[in-house]
Amino acid sequence: MTVETPIYMDYSATTPVDERVAERMARFLTRDGVFGNPASRSHAFGWAAEQAVDQARQQVAALVNADPREIVWTSGATESDNLAIKGAAHFYRKKGRHIVTVKTEHKAVLDTCRQLEREGFEVTYLDPEPDGLLDLDRFAAALRDDTILASVMHVNNEIGVIQDIETLGRLCRERGVIFHVDAAQSAGKVPIDLAALPVDLMSFSAHKIYGPKGIGALYVQRRPRVRLEAQMHGGGHERGLRSGTLATHQIVGMGEAFRIAGEEMATEIPRIRALRDRLWAGLGSMEEVYLNGDLERRVAGNLNVSFNFVEGESLIMALKDVAVSSGSACTSASLEPSYVLRALGRSDELAHSSIRFTIGRYTTEAEIDYVVDLVRQKVGKLRELSPLWEMYQEGVDLDSVQWAAH
Amino acid sequence: MDACYLDCNATTPLDPRVLEAMRPWLTHAGNPSSLHGAGRRARAAIEQAREQVAALVGVDPVQVVFTSGGTEANNLALHALCARAGTGTLAVSAIEHPSVQAPARQLAARGWRLQPVPCDAHGQVRLEALAEALEPEGGVATVMLANNETGVVQDVTALAAEARGRGALFHTDAVQAAGKLALDFTALGVTSLSLSAHKFHGPKGVGALVVERGFPVAPLLAGGGQERGRRSGTENLAGIVGFGRAAELARAERAQRADHMLALRQRLEAGLARLPGISIFAEDVPRLPNTVQFALAGYQGEALLMELDREGIAVSSGSACASGAGRPSPVLVAMGVDPDLARGAVRVSLGPDNRAEDVDRLLHALEARAAGARRLGALGW
Repeated sequence: MTVETPIYMDYSATTPVDERVAERMARFLTRDGVFGNPASRSHAFGWAAEQAVDQARQQVAALVNADPREIVWTSGATESDNLAIKGAAHFYRKKGRHIVTVKTEHKAVLDTCRQLEREGFEVTYLDPEPDGLLDLDRFAAALRDDTILASVMHVNNEIGVIQDIETLGRLCRERGVIFHVDAAQSAGKVPIDLAALPVDLMSFSAHKIYGPKGIGALYVQRRPRVRLEAQMHGGGHERGLRSGTLATHQIVGMGEAFRIAGEEMATEIPRIRALRDRLWAGLGSMEEVYLNGDLERRVAGNLNVSFNFVEGESLIMALKDVAVSSGSACTSASLEPSYVLRALGRSDELAHSSIRFTIGRYTTEAEIDYVVDLVRQKVGKLRELSPLWEMYQEGVDLDSVQWAAH
Repeated sequence: MDACYLDCNATTPLDPRVLEAMRPWLTHAGNPSSLHGAGRRARAAIEQAREQVAALVGVDPVQVVFTSGGTEANNLALHALCARAGTGTLAVSAIEHPSVQAPARQLAARGWRLQPVPCDAHGQVRLEALAEALEPEGGVATVMLANNETGVVQDVTALAAEARGRGALFHTDAVQAAGKLALDFTALGVTSLSLSAHKFHGPKGVGALVVERGFPVAPLLAGGGQERGRRSGTENLAGIVGFGRAAELARAERAQRADHMLALRQRLEAGLARLPGISIFAEDVPRLPNTVQFALAGYQGEALLMELDREGIAVSSGSACASGAGRPSPVLVAMGVDPDLARGAVRVSLGPDNRAEDVDRLLHALEARAAGARRLGALGW
């Protein structure tokens, strides 16, 4: 079977909008479709748009077993994270000023916490274990009497590990701490039951799950009720939590994407996991190749691998027929080694030599086989050029080598 | 009978040419921040759109910060300008959109001296009023370019010069003006200006804040550092492409659209003038070519709107963002309009697709009601 190049294996950075979603979106834009402003109360154009927004709200709520009234539309997971963390911190600031999060969180969480530090909040950034998971005892120990909020992502964007949000949430409940979970990478890929989970706030993104970019949502639990201070002020849309004209087509697209994900998850998860395992079987059998993050507690489509003695950027160049990433897309313009891998205790060299392969709805077995062959061949070539690889092959202990400065 | 949409200041239908431009970027895989080919193509599409939006207001593309819409642009502007100014007076005109008023109140809670700037009976903000609000110290001033309800166009060039002469930074909300009036950022002399795509046949969920060259924008949204650190979050790729195309079309077709809408507005106003008990708000001052706000004495606005809707005519009382509230429009109240009359307000906002028949249909519906009211009046009701 032939494959078409370039091959897209960067589904954690973004996904293409599913054709079924795009078709539905197109019906909510032009004059012959539902184009009204959902906030228009005085005519049928507005009501039709509002109805479409309500339906999408139900679809999004249904995927995670929430009440539609618990879903607040935002412009994406970044805004959801900002609203959840700043919104809760500002509302509960009189209760305390301490926040707990993890060093491997997405920048949208970490940078928001930095903003709050400048406002006088105190933030504890926990180290994950070498497998990427959070030690539950260390997390519990980090919660203090003045802790108001903890934020832990469900699935990590770089290494795909799944945190035990149920236990973490329970620990927060016991201490009366609000628990926020960034689920941008998990919704539609890992089952989520918010009626059962002790989670107060959860961020969602549409474009990670075949919906459009520029739309997301924040789950704000009603019972027990979580209060937030709005961050975007204006016409009082979304019960005053987030002002701004609702982008009907975007919302409809997110609803449809979540509906499809819910319908297809049961078959898609095992299919994608099998492809990922096939990829790992092909790559992991090479010498000096390391998997980053736990393999078992990991989202199906993610494989993050370090190829020792190969420079990650050179490998990406050599793999130009395959769209992969050497870290999170949001920081990929920098050549700093991934902060996530550094937090796992990986050396700079291994962090630099890492590639994230993320598999999704349109990945085929033939693509996996093509990528395995290509990577094996390119890694071999790059290593042939590497003096370090030669020294390693000769049995030199590289850690003992004294490098001369010049 | 076809429905007759006369509420283009609330939102406009997307131009099919804009949809055509957006469509391939929906199903494109590639995050604009990714370094691979798919990512770089997405980046290039965004930068092209940035040029198109920049051209609409005559700026360099680097001055354009994409946002999720006009509300975010206004929130970002007020926070960024206040962060830059440090302390002082925040002068906000009485006719601003809620997306300016609300963040201004939030800033007031953080210590800014909030100073409302009144407008006159024609809905115009006078230079003297702005000057007085900025006494004795500068700070930040904001006056919208064109009002969403009355359509009144402010002399922003003079207002911005007045404010800046007093050491204040100046923001203008140009959401309703863009696509209807010719805009030249530099000639306006403002510090920042906000835009929204869906008000001129682009998609909802995308807008921009345009700032002076080199102006530091402290971000509202923290994260991946997109938009040169001024606004984090994965870019709304298809939306931004659509915004760019809509801006390009607006720039090319603005004059002709404006002429067409103005002719329809004049036809409507001529018809309205024949109705008994009619008041057209801000009738004698420069207004957007597409906007008329009026009231018929003795009519409740909401009831009239519902009746018109039953006949397939879509108009509104004022801002969609505040609709359903049942209160008289704060804009009309600020102009000194009697609250009872203000409660009867109807806003008609035309689009380039409207035709004379649409205007006539509305006029007939209004005439029938006015005649009915006269009969009831004759019976002593």
